[in-house]
Amino acid sequence: MRNSTARTARRLGAVALATGCAVALAGCAGGGGGGGGEGGDALTLLIGSSGDAETAAVTEAATAWAEENDTEVEVVAASDLTQQLGQGFSGNNPPDLFYMSWDQFQTYASNRYLEPYATELDDADAFYPALQDAFTYDDEFYCAPKDFSTLGLVIDTDAWAAAGLTDADIPTDWEGLTAAATALTADGRVGLAMGPEYARVGVFMNQAGGSILNDDGTEVTADSPENLEGLEYLQSLLEAGVLQFPANLDAGWSGEAFGQGKAAMVIEGPWINGALENDFPDRNYRIAELPEGPGGASTFTFSNCWGIPAGSETADQAESLVEYLTSDDQQLAFSDAFGVIPSTESGAAEYATQYPENEPFVAGNDYAVSPVAFAGAADVVTEFNSQIESLATANASDLLASLQSDLEAALEEAQG
Amino acid sequence: MTTTAPARSRATRAPSPRRARGIRGNETRAGWLFTLPAILIIGAFLVIPILLALWVSVSNWNGLGSPLSNTDFVGAENYANIAADDGLAARDFGVAIRNNLYYVLLVVPLQTALSLFLAVQVNRRVLRGRGFFRTAFYFPSVTSSIAITVVFLFLFSASGAINQILGVLSVDGPNWFNDPRGVIHLILGAFGVGDPGSSALAGPLAITWWQWIAGPSVAMCALITLAIFTTSGTFMLLFLAGLQNIGAEIDEAALMDGAGAFRKFFSITLPMLRPTLFTVLTLGLIGSWQVFDQIYLTGAGAPGKTLLTPAFLAYQTSFEGLNWGEGAAIAFILFAIIVVLTLLQRVLLRERTPRSDRRRRAGVPPVNPNDGGTASGVARLNAGPRGGAL
Repeated sequence: MRNSTARTARRLGAVALATGCAVALAGCAGGGGGGGGEGGDALTLLIGSSGDAETAAVTEAATAWAEENDTEVEVVAASDLTQQLGQGFSGNNPPDLFYMSWDQFQTYASNRYLEPYATELDDADAFYPALQDAFTYDDEFYCAPKDFSTLGLVIDTDAWAAAGLTDADIPTDWEGLTAAATALTADGRVGLAMGPEYARVGVFMNQAGGSILNDDGTEVTADSPENLEGLEYLQSLLEAGVLQFPANLDAGWSGEAFGQGKAAMVIEGPWINGALENDFPDRNYRIAELPEGPGGASTFTFSNCWGIPAGSETADQAESLVEYLTSDDQQLAFSDAFGVIPSTESGAAEYATQYPENEPFVAGNDYAVSPVAFAGAADVVTEFNSQIESLATANASDLLASLQSDLEAALEEAQG
Repeated sequence: MTTTAPARSRATRAPSPRRARGIRGNETRAGWLFTLPAILIIGAFLVIPILLALWVSVSNWNGLGSPLSNTDFVGAENYANIAADDGLAARDFGVAIRNNLYYVLLVVPLQTALSLFLAVQVNRRVLRGRGFFRTAFYFPSVTSSIAITVVFLFLFSASGAINQILGVLSVDGPNWFNDPRGVIHLILGAFGVGDPGSSALAGPLAITWWQWIAGPSVAMCALITLAIFTTSGTFMLLFLAGLQNIGAEIDEAALMDGAGAFRKFFSITLPMLRPTLFTVLTLGLIGSWQVFDQIYLTGAGAPGKTLLTPAFLAYQTSFEGLNWGEGAAIAFILFAIIVVLTLLQRVLLRERTPRSDRRRRAGVPPVNPNDGGTASGVARLNAGPRGGAL
């Protein structure tokens, strides 16, 4: 009896130990995937991929560079980029090169995570100035913009024709947008849809002449009559039932609502091309520039940059890889593979001639601004987004007042 | 550890060197040797990380490299920012605590009641196909919570199965996972009580009393249903083990005394299940304060932050805001809440039979069936599943 208990105990111990080891190993494997290699000359490239096409294209480009330079690059497609980057940095083992998104950039730069290498690049001035600004912290241009996207008005051409609208009706101002959205709202279809978030709603605040920060970024100007005008215009569309948020259309995002024919116009970026091609290939559509508001034309530009960790031993190699990846030829190859717009002015011009249907996205970048993104602003924007969900019934000036006070607190903290 | 204590005390009680070096003299060393792997593993993977996290919660670590180098001690600043301030971080924390409080208040009693009900039903001897029902009820517990959450997202979508069924009953169902309205607010709204706006009374944790009484949002109600559905099977199993330890003779005795089904359940079964009940309530309490994966999948606290929970907020603050100190502080406050509530529950569920206690101490054999061999048998039975589940 005692023997068998002892044996059972020993066996149980062995099982427990084996489980422990397996868990420990699995943990290490997970960390390795999120972090990066330090051994040898091999570089690790962590990307937040939009799909197989992007992963394949980046891998191909990186391999080509690696062969030229007699080294190796491992491309890792992150399942949760922010989480894996945070894990890599805190584990002292960040990837050698990674996608750095515009909304996280300032937070990373202010925490000294990033190597400010971009000014040393040969073609640093070739990038759009707006993109250089987006990746500048403390007057230093940190990292090379990978590509960019702006917002445009995506129009369902079949619904457009069915509603009896012509090219002349394509909205150029708010009145035109209201008229078109009203005409298109019929048969269980809403005229206009967009995500309930600052990255869409903010465009209308800017078009009304408003802003979130003053020009030199020292003061919060969220609670202004212009911003209020923008929000109230959207409220009027919501009230009339010609604007709906995707959740109310039973869709995950407005592109899905558009593809399903539940929305005739949506405000989205070039990524909608790939999504529609994959999921809704039969939908006929065209892109237009966003209509102008009373304060002029405005749209948002979003970008990722190629981040290099501060003090990285492989920084020289990584910079050389960045130069290769941001060359006009390579960027146009990426455009071809997964539809992004080159971050250099010459590359984008070439893109607009190759893909005339996407020309409005490129044109938009002339007057586009980056959404507010200083360190700590992301939390405030999340809070604002959660309130925009109920914009239809909310008091717009209360919304802006709380945005103002939250941003002031965050800005004060960011400036230390 | 346990083997060392008696060995050492014997050595101190009997200082004779010859006896200490007897056949049991080396037991101390052997004991340490045998527990060493466990000590090392627990130390490396549990104790050290917890101490490190405690340090992070009182430091300004920015997430770069080791928290032990180039990091300054900032005292309780991180704790103050989330619990004693009125900024955004404090409001988020207040909202997260409120959401989770309603979640716990609904999930824990309901899942306990449901699992007890299921266990009693499955335990009935007259029930045909008991094995089938046992498996069926237990099934949701062994399925991955991510998979079940995805299924629920489909079921509760605006045109999903739930709303279709409600539609057949001529009820216009809400857009479940996108509805941030609080249930209590909705009820108050039906009686004409509206949002007092900025005149609302300020409550604790930087949110107003009006926000405190919002109740779980419609979206949270869907998650509460999900939690009850998935966990009741596990707890049913615990109750079942407890029930099967209640001897048939006690049932018979109750029957002879003329107790009906209800009387028998409340006077015999439930008191005898007290240790199991404690286990189930404790596990339920801990599990529901730590809800994370469902939140991660349903959209990071959306709609309107009504699904935000402290566990998710700790993750978000750390990994997205890179505010590692505040994230760790949230985790420790959550830890404190769970410990306090568990202790409170222990006090509330303490056996309150002082008379029989005194008699037992005086050597009088107990007459209460809720005692002696049976109770310790139930406790012993419980030690198994409790250890395994934790």
